[in-house]
Amino acid sequence: MRHLLSAADLDRTTAIQILDTAHELARLTERGVKKLPTLRGRTVVNLFFEDSTRTRISFEAAAKRLSADVINFSAKGSSVSKGESLKDTALTLEAMGADAVVIRHGSSGAPHVLAHSGWISSAVVNAGDGTHEHPTQALLDAFTLRQHLREGKGDLEGVEIAIVGDVLHSRVARSNVLLLHTLGAKVTLVAPPTLLPVGVETWPCDFSYDIDEALTNKDAVMMLRVQRERMNAAFFPSPQEYSRRYGLDRRRMNLLKPDGIVMHPGPMNRGLEISSEAADSEKSVIVEQVTNGVSVRMAVLYMALGGNEISGDAQ
Amino acid sequence: MSTLIKNVAPLGAEPKDVLIDNGVIAAIGAAGTLAGDTVVDGSGMVLLPGLVDLHTHLREPGREDAETVDTGTLAAARGGYTAVHAMANTTPVADTAGVVEQVWRLGQSAGHCDVYPVGAVTQGLKGEALAELGAMADSAARVRVFSDDGKCVSDAVLMRRALEYVKAFDGVIAQHAQEPRLTEDAQMNEGIVSGVLGLRGWPAVAEEAIIARDVLLAEHVGARLHICHLSTAGSVEIVRWAKSRGINVTAEVTPHHLLLTDETARSYDPVYKVNPPLRTQADVLALRAALADGTIDIVATDHAPHAAEDKDCEWSAAAFGMVGLETALSIVATTMVATGLMTWADVARVMSSTPAEIGRVQEAHGRALEVGAPANLVLVDPQASYVVERSNTASKSQNNPFHGVELQGRVLQTWLRGDVTFEAAL
Repeated sequence: MRHLLSAADLDRTTAIQILDTAHELARLTERGVKKLPTLRGRTVVNLFFEDSTRTRISFEAAAKRLSADVINFSAKGSSVSKGESLKDTALTLEAMGADAVVIRHGSSGAPHVLAHSGWISSAVVNAGDGTHEHPTQALLDAFTLRQHLREGKGDLEGVEIAIVGDVLHSRVARSNVLLLHTLGAKVTLVAPPTLLPVGVETWPCDFSYDIDEALTNKDAVMMLRVQRERMNAAFFPSPQEYSRRYGLDRRRMNLLKPDGIVMHPGPMNRGLEISSEAADSEKSVIVEQVTNGVSVRMAVLYMALGGNEISGDAQ
Repeated sequence: MSTLIKNVAPLGAEPKDVLIDNGVIAAIGAAGTLAGDTVVDGSGMVLLPGLVDLHTHLREPGREDAETVDTGTLAAARGGYTAVHAMANTTPVADTAGVVEQVWRLGQSAGHCDVYPVGAVTQGLKGEALAELGAMADSAARVRVFSDDGKCVSDAVLMRRALEYVKAFDGVIAQHAQEPRLTEDAQMNEGIVSGVLGLRGWPAVAEEAIIARDVLLAEHVGARLHICHLSTAGSVEIVRWAKSRGINVTAEVTPHHLLLTDETARSYDPVYKVNPPLRTQADVLALRAALADGTIDIVATDHAPHAAEDKDCEWSAAAFGMVGLETALSIVATTMVATGLMTWADVARVMSSTPAEIGRVQEAHGRALEVGAPANLVLVDPQASYVVERSNTASKSQNNPFHGVELQGRVLQTWLRGDVTFEAAL
């Protein structure tokens, strides 16, 4: 794996390999091995053009646990805010000798441009680009689903999951549809018609406008965050109506299979797309998703940088 | 000094000898019957009237780093053009007699082809108040085509008034049809590809709704309307309907919309970012059919050079537009002639005579190839094929989406009133 730009880059074998590697890394962490020497001497740059503390510290923790040197480059207060182009930023990173660049960018396709422009020779990992994709989020979601529904092994053949919310603007939804389909799961997208993209009928999933019907007997539900800026753009009449029609409360949560799980990529709008009762329930695995995020990102960095054999030798 | 083009096929018909002297076509005779001081062998070649572009961005004044009147018109000559209409979205905007006269004079002094400035419809392209259309019409530049191209005249009242007002001097409003609210921050055609790529979609209806409104306005006030760079199958249907009602509307299509689709955006390479956006293959085929059957009247390049830094970046930060003057004829030859949809006589109609008529420059350009007509001519090798190389250009910009594409039909030589403005190195 040279770069990770889209969940579509991953075939089933590679995806399972990443999940298995993450599983192994998580096991070592649980055994008290906090740091592995695998990427010692390698430099990972977190290049964040958008604020995202959660994703950045997840990647930072992942890189540090593999002993990589980490440089955090945030657009705010940097030369980027003074008008420096993506190209010049990339050339600077190249000159500093970055081995991997983890990029979060507000423009869809920016990681793709970075990887294919010839500006840098390092591996590029997409940490979320515009309304395009967020492949490591999909990997950590797949990992979480596998832990709960498939005992942490193999693929997700036959798993049925509903993804609910602002699919139109969601990079999480796009990556999950692609990856979960690759792993054999059956995905149903649920949203008001205004928040489904044109052409969704060609995606490898089903879609529905009716959340109650879609949640019935599913193995899992993934709630998507509703962005504040959608509130006044006529995608739906009001937050209250959105919550009534598409929010996850206890009644809807109980439409899932008895051992069904509730997921959310965070940060949550409690009381809007998800009630506190659902978010804090026994079915919720939302906090666990965060933990799994570190393991999965360790696995991605490890594979992108072709790290040494994983071993449990503590430093 | 006369020039003889011997054994050449005018409009692709029977080979003739064509003699150029004193800036005009001095004689046309049976092949092998005429003599001249300089002889050009036209065997196997096609002779067309010099091409006329109704839609060119020359960027001067304001963005001389991307293009100047000199470099842009040299690129035009290399593409077989003898006249271009320079769009008004310069800095300052060509919305006064002063600016259009400046562009006109720059064209005169460059001398590679005739430059006809397009005047802005509204002051500063802001869509709020009419520019002094009459002053531009009466100026030395003799403006007849008015357009806010790059922006749509979206206010229905303003559009109505503009259509009415220019009737006084036989002008035409060339509308850039783009409903602004439906295309806020739009990045590419709204469809299957935009959904997958997560790029804000630009629905076909945003173009079609404005065209539908404007043909009805043109009918209502009895005015002449031209639709810039029509890009969707639905737009074709509306224009076809309008023409069937006798509405005085003409429409153009760009070479890139005849060849490329939104699938190219999957590369996230901003060289494919253009306004209006590249559409689907179904749209491409509908545009070709409409050009062949006359629903679409002309091909216009929308040549839009951009400095490297405006394209060497992420998609959403990139400028809209692509160069096109030097490849236009080859693309039409490849998509329309080689496919059997059009003849060379049709090419002369859609790339020379009709655009000259719409721009009201038909006395000087786009004339029939007959004795006494100005010797504005282009010699084409219809069989030659070549691979486009973006650095092989006279333009200052290289935002060329056809780089690496093999095209058929090559411009060999261009004459402007008998003077050679381009000669291919063979």
